Amino acid sequence: MSDMRTPLSRVRGLGSAKTGTEHFWAQRATAFALVPLAIFLIASVVALAGSDYETVRHYAGNPLVAIALLALIGAGVYHMRIGMQVVIEDYVTTEGPKVLSLLANSFFAVLVGLACVYAVLKIGFGA
Amino acid sequence: MAETKSARPLSPHLQVYRPTITMTMSIVHRITGMALYSGTLLLAWWLVALASGPEAYGWFEWFISSIIGKLVLLGYTWALLHHLLGGLRHFLWDTGRGFDLKTANTLGWASIIGSLALTVVVWILAFVLSGVL
Repeated sequence: MSDMRTPLSRVRGLGSAKTGTEHFWAQRATAFALVPLAIFLIASVVALAGSDYETVRHYAGNPLVAIALLALIGAGVYHMRIGMQVVIEDYVTTEGPKVLSLLANSFFAVLVGLACVYAVLKIGFGA
Repeated sequence: MAETKSARPLSPHLQVYRPTITMTMSIVHRITGMALYSGTLLLAWWLVALASGPEAYGWFEWFISSIIGKLVLLGYTWALLHHLLGGLRHFLWDTGRGFDLKTANTLGWASIIGSLALTVVVWILAFVLSGVL
């Protein structure tokens, strides 16, 4: 080893990013919100099973249903994004692929979220 | 980083342990989480098709009422319920309770049996309400 740096300087910047507590709370807060919202989604799909296009569209166009769907989508994509982030950080140890995976994760979550939100708003505003 | 690649013993990994219910449910919690992650595409397809019009919605209905579509939806139902029950278990653990072996094992079995039972109930309800049964 021709490295002149001290052991301390070699590990500096490789430790915790100091955002662990915030991550933990965000995971739990979204999970807490998702308990009633997931039950609402299951109940909705069960109630709509076998319904035709007009019935489903009418249901999703109800303001209360639309707001609940938007809350579900918001909490859902955030929860799944930070959940997948942990999985990536656990298994992808090489720096390049890790950064790319984390980016892909964020892009996927945002795109799915945008698609769902746009659809719910379009249905709700009756366009 | 070169030094860490020397012939030092690694800590024991999954394969040396006898599977326990808590360990298995922990792994399943992560797997169902990843399954739900991909499953949001189904939710997005449903909502976008609904917003696009009857023709686009017809394609979604064609898929979801096919055998493969039904199996995907069945898997999604179970994954969601299992992840939901697993999450409730984590809320209890967050309060510092339920860590003794007996309670932890009981909760593990409750989450697998509970999620399977609830999946059956949800699907029977859906079939009854849609007039198939």
